[in-house]
Amino acid sequence: MKPASFEYHRAHDVAEVVELLVELGDDAKIIAGGQSLAPMMNFRLARPSALVDVNPVSGLDYIRREGDLLRIGAMTRHRDVEISRDPEVHDGFAVLPRAARWIGHYPIRCRGTVGGSMAHSDPTAEWCLLALLHDASVVVQGPRGQRTVPVAEWFTGFLTTSGEYDEMVVETQFARPRAYGALTEYARRRGDFAISAVGVAFDKVDNRLTDVSVVLGGVAGVPVRATEAEAMLEGSPATPETWVAASRNAAASVNPPSDLNGDGDYRRQLVETLMQRAFVEALAEGARR
Amino acid sequence: MADERTERHFADGQAPPDQIGSRVLRKEDHRLLTGKGRFGSDVDRSRMLHVRVVRSSVAAGTITAIRTEEARAVAGVVDVVTAADLPGDLRIPVRLLVQGVDLSEHLQPVLARDTVRYVGEPVAVVVAEDAYAAEDGAELVDVEVEPDDVFLDARTAPADRIAADFTLGYGDVDAAFDAAAHVVECRFDIGRHTAVPLEPRALVVDYLPGSGDLEIFGATKVPVFNRQVLAGLLEVDPESIRMHAVDAGGGFGVRGEFYPEDFLVPWLARRLRCSLSWVEDRAEHLVAVNHSREQSHQIGVALDDNGFILALRDDIWHDNGAYVRTHGIIVPELTVAMLPGPYRVPAYSGRVHVALTNKTPCGTYRAPGRFEGTTVREQLFDQVAAEIGVDRVELRRRNLLRRDELPHRREINTLGTDMVLDSGDYPGLLERALARARELQWPELVEAARAEGRRVGLGVSMFLEKSGLGPSDTADVEVTGSGRIRVHSGGTSLGQGIETVLAQVVADEFRVDTDLVDVINGDTLLQPYGTGSWASRSTVVAGNAVSGAGKQVVARMLEIASRVLEVSPDDLEVGRGQVQVRGVLDRALSFRDVWRDTQPGSAWLRPEESAGLSARFRFNIEHMTYPYGAHICVVEVDPDTGGVQVLKYLVAYEVGRAVNPTLVEGQLRGGVAQGVGGALLEQFSYDESGQPQATTFMDYLMPTASEVPDVELIVCEDAPADTNALGVRGAGEGGLTGAGAAVASAVSAALDQPSMSALPLTPSRLLQCLRDEAGTHARAANA
Ligand SMILES: Cc1cc2nc3c(=O)[nH]c(=O)nc-3n(C[C@H](O)[C@H](O)[C@H](O)COP(=O)(O)OP(=O)(O)OC[C@H]3O[C@@H](n4cnc5c(N)ncnc54)[C@H](O)[C@@H]3O)c2cc1C
Repeated sequence: MKPASFEYHRAHDVAEVVELLVELGDDAKIIAGGQSLAPMMNFRLARPSALVDVNPVSGLDYIRREGDLLRIGAMTRHRDVEISRDPEVHDGFAVLPRAARWIGHYPIRCRGTVGGSMAHSDPTAEWCLLALLHDASVVVQGPRGQRTVPVAEWFTGFLTTSGEYDEMVVETQFARPRAYGALTEYARRRGDFAISAVGVAFDKVDNRLTDVSVVLGGVAGVPVRATEAEAMLEGSPATPETWVAASRNAAASVNPPSDLNGDGDYRRQLVETLMQRAFVEALAEGARR
Repeated sequence: MADERTERHFADGQAPPDQIGSRVLRKEDHRLLTGKGRFGSDVDRSRMLHVRVVRSSVAAGTITAIRTEEARAVAGVVDVVTAADLPGDLRIPVRLLVQGVDLSEHLQPVLARDTVRYVGEPVAVVVAEDAYAAEDGAELVDVEVEPDDVFLDARTAPADRIAADFTLGYGDVDAAFDAAAHVVECRFDIGRHTAVPLEPRALVVDYLPGSGDLEIFGATKVPVFNRQVLAGLLEVDPESIRMHAVDAGGGFGVRGEFYPEDFLVPWLARRLRCSLSWVEDRAEHLVAVNHSREQSHQIGVALDDNGFILALRDDIWHDNGAYVRTHGIIVPELTVAMLPGPYRVPAYSGRVHVALTNKTPCGTYRAPGRFEGTTVREQLFDQVAAEIGVDRVELRRRNLLRRDELPHRREINTLGTDMVLDSGDYPGLLERALARARELQWPELVEAARAEGRRVGLGVSMFLEKSGLGPSDTADVEVTGSGRIRVHSGGTSLGQGIETVLAQVVADEFRVDTDLVDVINGDTLLQPYGTGSWASRSTVVAGNAVSGAGKQVVARMLEIASRVLEVSPDDLEVGRGQVQVRGVLDRALSFRDVWRDTQPGSAWLRPEESAGLSARFRFNIEHMTYPYGAHICVVEVDPDTGGVQVLKYLVAYEVGRAVNPTLVEGQLRGGVAQGVGGALLEQFSYDESGQPQATTFMDYLMPTASEVPDVELIVCEDAPADTNALGVRGAGEGGLTGAGAAVASAVSAALDQPSMSALPLTPSRLLQCLRDEAGTHARAANA
């Protein structure tokens, strides 16, 4: 569990990061919080020839509200979002700080970054699920300048994204604020990556669900949207019958792989349970405000 | 300095209170908590090289080639060795031979030569200037293996994979089953898991160039035995090797046994004539260190009309992994020997098939054989209660051996000793535990939760432990030039607090405070006859040895002082850190004075009388002593995820005499944590090609503070052991022994099932159970 040898560079601003990435080529990697990359290097599952440490880069840790967008800088630590409380900022995105507490353990949340999580793109990572839930876009900067990638085009497969080797994630923009939201998950121990996770977000008009999103984690190589269930829910009364039926549909729509934690059926059952709990939690939390 | 301190201690003229029985703070904690502990990898030597073991990535096969050229070319790599470089076909012998079974065919070679038998088996070793280069080199050793068939299931193992097959028991079991009013049978499987100490293994071998002697740091458990084995394999004099047991971040049975690395690292140090360090990493640990527990039981019991046991029988398939290691077959032996537990079992037959599979070899893990056997037996009893319609607790009450039935001889021999269950009050302890649970209103809690529709259940298990395995241990006690007391014991410090316990025992002999006592454990030069720390034996065996040596030194001090003070030794006593005339406190000699009077040249020393104040004492013990206890817990099962939460936990345990109650409590709490882990979380699984699936802490789930319940404890001292003068029974394992059974019992109660069928109780397994139940109900409703 000692990493293979690598060069180490520190960068102080995004331009320098990009310069270094171009110069070092596609075997180099950015290191941010190191909470995913360092273990992978220790297991020698990742063996970058060089690391570009982006921790000295300033100006990328922020949580900002601009109209319907919530913009989170890439170097914002999970913990910073978890403890952020400004109602102006979080109006319509209240699920974000609540969901952040599910990420690993306290020391991991203090180091790991939102940008790192989006770049790493684990299919059960909270940020990745929330990004899909809130139609986020990922802002990357590279030698060809900045581009904004809608989340649907960002995840391309298990732990892979459409980001290029010479690009740095600088921001994630969460969109579509909604009054009600929740992310529920199940793991065998507190702090573990979820076996399955479900996120829901919606508004409620005349006790009917509108603008509904449902995302599922841990059921495929990337986070997925339960589009059929969303259609079932849209405009339906906000009653248990509605989400029980929709959660059955969502569970039936996926074909999760088997692993140590259980077979596909087990994960499907979890999806059903977690989705129902997500609706209950979202409504309860929404009512509290 | 010491005298000053001594004087301060006794300024009030009072002898210190008894140390045995008091909650003395741990002597080792100051050093450990201030970062001054010395663990294996803290030992550093100049120009020390680093060792990395290359392990098989194939579960079964024939080695067709091992190419090392590329590895040798790595900068910093000094040496690469394979079996071809070894002096011969070296295999690691068994430490504890039992039942007269010859296991020599199944011993593990120190390096695989022609075949590999499990993923993780050492096939080559790389030595380099640092640990990074060593790992770089190890990656480039190219091991070519022609894969063979893989055997992963003990139950279907072919005859040539059965290392041992034996039956223990007594009485006419078949007749009892034929005549029984009730016969209940079930199958129960225990998952493969093991001890995962926080600190993996580490060894530093210091090579002394002048003599070629070796000093070895890190083999903390049975250093004297390991030295013997190593000397045999290296063909050198054991006295040329000095082992130092150092601080250790947990042992639990796996640390400090003689593994391939325990030969390879010292052998390489001699080959290269330099000092070497080997530090196991976690990924290695999870495939290299002894695994444990994996068994499949087919168990049955015969009962009469009133629910009294007539006979018990069990047929066990024990998965021992690829080889037989130092523990031989003691885990399966202990499983069968201890299976009847604290119950009155008129006839018994336990058969065990020890199968060799293509998995990591097995050894003991805290409560070996008892965790397995207790879980299975207690689950059977829960099943019986359901089938014959008796309350679970009532069934146990009827069948527990009563106080007046003890001592009870069982016609079974285990670990080479006859089984005589010594004094005790098993039903009394069960009642105490139940009373405490009632006082805490656990039954009400369960009832209230169930009334709300929650899946909550209470579980109870009873168990018998064993401890104080002989035949002997040796200790040296010495009074030093500054008047302090020094102990050289054969025990080893695995985190259990044995330094403190031995200091308490000695302190009482000298009537001093433990501050005046220094305990040095597990140094083979200082204590060449020590037998190590394992099997909950140190407080019993090392404790009594230290007590005996202490008594002899005190007697010698009185003798010398009597010459100086010109009074009969009978009129002298130790107290207030001095030897004093009874009743005349100012006619006294300090320990330091007495020491001075024993030095060469002293006028008080007789011609040819040895100088100094020291004694070596060997304590012998014929029979083990059998502690016993009960676990009670309350769990909640989430019917939608299958997750289990342990809400409440209680352990009641009879330890005879608690030398230090705080340490006993610590032992029990730690045991519960491991027991909950084994019952709910921890499991080494393999895919069909024999690839281990749990090789990191992502997949091998250790319980954390969130999963481990608070533990309510009743430490009983109602039945002092009559096998030793201190009256102590071992306390190391009882927190674990009953945990699998209690948790399984509670989960089955929560799910309204008679019993469960396997550990660990994983969420997917429990959901399956609930789905089956729902299916049964649906079918019943349709019928
Ligand atoms: C025990 C444990 C439990 C965990 N549990 C969870 C959990 O429950 N949920 C969860 O979501 N995560 C969990 N994590 C992972 C953690 O959240 C990581 O912090 C996160 O996945 C990656 O962020 P990082 O800043 O640490 O990235 P790093 O580890 O530094 O990098 C990860 C990858 O992203 C790339 N990268 C990093 N930053 C950028 C950037 N700005 N632009 C482009 N590429 C970049 C790196 O090159 C690397 O490939 C856990 C980690 C541990 C150790």
